[in-house]
Amino acid sequence: MNDDGARPFSGLFPPGSPISEADLHAYVDGQLAAARRGEVEAFLAGRPQAAGRVAAWQAQRRALHGLLDPVLDEPVPLRLALPRRERRAGPAWPRLATAACLLLAGFGSAWFLRGAIDGAAPRDAATLAAGPAEPFFQRAAVAHAVYTPDRGRPVEIGGDQEALLARWLSRRLGAEVRVPQLAGLGYELVGGRLLPGGTGPVAQFMYADAAGQRLTLYVTREAAGARTAFRFVREGGINVFYWVDERFGYALSGAAGRDEMLRLSESVYRQLQ
Amino acid sequence: MPPRHEADILACIPSLRRYARGLTGDVHRADDLVQDTLERAWRRLSLWRRRGDLRAWAFSIMHNLYVDGLRARAGRPEDAAGEDLPELPERPTQADALELRDLDRALQRLAPELRAVLLLVGVEDLSYRQAAAVLGVPLGTVMSRLSRARERLDALLRQDAGAPRLQRVK
Repeated sequence: MNDDGARPFSGLFPPGSPISEADLHAYVDGQLAAARRGEVEAFLAGRPQAAGRVAAWQAQRRALHGLLDPVLDEPVPLRLALPRRERRAGPAWPRLATAACLLLAGFGSAWFLRGAIDGAAPRDAATLAAGPAEPFFQRAAVAHAVYTPDRGRPVEIGGDQEALLARWLSRRLGAEVRVPQLAGLGYELVGGRLLPGGTGPVAQFMYADAAGQRLTLYVTREAAGARTAFRFVREGGINVFYWVDERFGYALSGAAGRDEMLRLSESVYRQLQ
Repeated sequence: MPPRHEADILACIPSLRRYARGLTGDVHRADDLVQDTLERAWRRLSLWRRRGDLRAWAFSIMHNLYVDGLRARAGRPEDAAGEDLPELPERPTQADALELRDLDRALQRLAPELRAVLLLVGVEDLSYRQAAAVLGVPLGTVMSRLSRARERLDALLRQDAGAPRLQRVK
């Protein structure tokens, strides 16, 4: 983090000068140059009271991380990940080719999805703002774009704990959720997570093929009831098949070709019958 | 605007959420603050022109919005925080959760300017100079606020718990 690192601090904490309280804080915060750090350590070695204060501050730092670091692992609410409406006007926006831009591509895709579905020009951006009225497949595409590039923690519960995952998601969604197997088609289960939906929690399962290409299956109770056939939408390199049965709405999102996505969707559909 | 900068801003979101959570002590207020910050950041990205660390720049936007919000709120937010405790993440043991709750309450009882320094330096790992730039104060002010914040938090925790929560070897 220290882009201005120790160098500017040689002015504030010059080597050889008397150790000040600021030095002790800078020691705790890792903001001292190595030479000065050694001087502070020598200073503390002979002064238990100062060493005690330093230890207390270090304990505070650890405690604050313990309190706040879990926020880093929470799913990012979609309202934060969605672009603000002005961004649609950006000239660079539709050019979304590279893998590094996949994340952005997904946000863009969700923006245009509804227009694509209706076969009409995209509506005014204001009507597309994220919210409970938004169709679930649109949120599914955004959720796909948000979580598939995440190399650190793409899922909350790993695929190695499949039974636990199913139990947990079933409890949170309030209906039995099954985890489809796609290994026969080359995609292993990575795991799953719970996300905020329009009116309640939704489940997202993630799969990856041998090359690391990821698929996500979005499962929501919001759209349940009106059984529909497969529907297909595509934007920004993400293909989405979605359908609804008596219990859930499903959306399978991925970068694979339409035919492959259809085969995968049919497999998921059959398994969940 | 280059897509890379957009991706860089998106990459800041978890850290902005963490800072906002510590600053406000409330899940919803924190995410509202993050949302406002992101909207302003997107709008101003063309003005930024790589003048420094993008994350620090986003923190300074958030800081200004937070201060504006404090001014707009009629009451004294640091006193109100005790009633409206945030949802804490699930923790393995109850004792642990209680300890975190004490810490959270103590943090929210700090004056906002002390809390901001403590979080920017102690949790977000900004350098003192970056923190000074984010807060728009001299370096010496950052150092004195940091010192006061740490002493005060320690005192609040000991007073709150009736017994030391953090190891204090004095």
